[in-house]
Amino acid sequence: MLPGALRHVLDAFALVSDPADRANLLIAFADQFRPVPPDVATPPYPKDHLVPYCESEAYVWLVPQADGTAALYFAVENPSGISAKALASILASTLSGLPPEDIAQVSPDIVEQIFRQNISMGKGMGLMAMVQAVQALARRALPR
Amino acid sequence: MTAPADSRGYVHGDVLVSTDWVAAHLSDPSVRIIESNEDLLLYPSGHVPGAVQVDWTLDLNDQVRRDYLSREAFEGLASRIGITPGTTLVFYGDKNNWWACYAFWVFQLFGHSPARVMDGGRLKWEQEGRPMTREVPVYPATTYRARERQDGPHRAFRNEVMALVRAKGQLVDVRSPEEYSGERLHMPDYPNEGALRGGHIPGAKSIPWARAINAGDGSFKTAEQLREIYLQQQALKPTEPTIAYCRIGERSSHTWFVLKYLLGFTNVRNYDGSWTEWGNLVGAPIEK
Repeated sequence: MLPGALRHVLDAFALVSDPADRANLLIAFADQFRPVPPDVATPPYPKDHLVPYCESEAYVWLVPQADGTAALYFAVENPSGISAKALASILASTLSGLPPEDIAQVSPDIVEQIFRQNISMGKGMGLMAMVQAVQALARRALPR
Repeated sequence: MTAPADSRGYVHGDVLVSTDWVAAHLSDPSVRIIESNEDLLLYPSGHVPGAVQVDWTLDLNDQVRRDYLSREAFEGLASRIGITPGTTLVFYGDKNNWWACYAFWVFQLFGHSPARVMDGGRLKWEQEGRPMTREVPVYPATTYRARERQDGPHRAFRNEVMALVRAKGQLVDVRSPEEYSGERLHMPDYPNEGALRGGHIPGAKSIPWARAINAGDGSFKTAEQLREIYLQQQALKPTEPTIAYCRIGERSSHTWFVLKYLLGFTNVRNYDGSWTEWGNLVGAPIEK
């Protein structure tokens, strides 16, 4: 079961069939991207937060909150990493504020639903790895 | 800092233009700037002012057969981007001009000779803080009468590659060392596009395409540095027939550009069938 805010974003993408319109929607999300704040991490970022396979040099943090939810933060070091910024913006805005058990349910399949034909050859694996990295951090933050 | 292209000793150095040159010709009606990328989001997120986009999948490839666009489709593309046979085209793009060289190569199949590549591509333009815009220009449609596509001078097919293998001629494998050795069937971090066998074409020299590039700003290395890599280290001869290949012919179009224009190889072609064809061909010889 996908979290409601993410479901809402996926529904919005499902309504956009024209690749140019989809590109504009993705760029609008990329424009909203805000990098990890300095109170969470500062460059050079530790490599254990680096997303593997992502040529955009994306980093991800999951910070547990006092109320049992978690906040997601990203850094994207490659200035041309528009796709990574768009996905980071979507994940941070729709999953932050949820408990880790809900975040851990989000599958890399959402990448195909969001990007469809706008995904370039070298990007797919890196973007799916971003979601997998979020999943892994969420699982690690589950109450034991 | 990289030396100006005209001081780097290339055999046909006029095929490269600098970011300065492009900045000075943004409004020149005899020049059309063309961005060609792997990442489809880059152009709409910001491009050189006045630049049009040519997409390698939708614009340059036939949408049904594995082949390049027909003469009629090329004329349609030329009309859409508002060029005539006399327009000077300047290609640039992401990935150190990888796709820009691919687009340049396809345009050469139709003989559009006033064509250039912007040294350093999108990376250098951005690094220099030059203007970018999201405004997509619209140019008046032109009537472009193209000649029929002539693959021969620039493009190699599998039978020609096989003949070169038998003749122990010059083949250049521009893929990663792991693909060359057969350890991988595809580029690191890229999906497997379906080659059944790994390895390389017998006799091919391994010269990964990016060795021709200065990683810092995406510009081409000097002629002296390129000669060291291709002629001294790998003993390629510029007058011998040469075929470059990769996976689908994109990375090797970059090397084709380097060999043909920067080093002046007189008979160099790009095998666009590349490993996705050779690695699936029944009975084709493979080395590991």
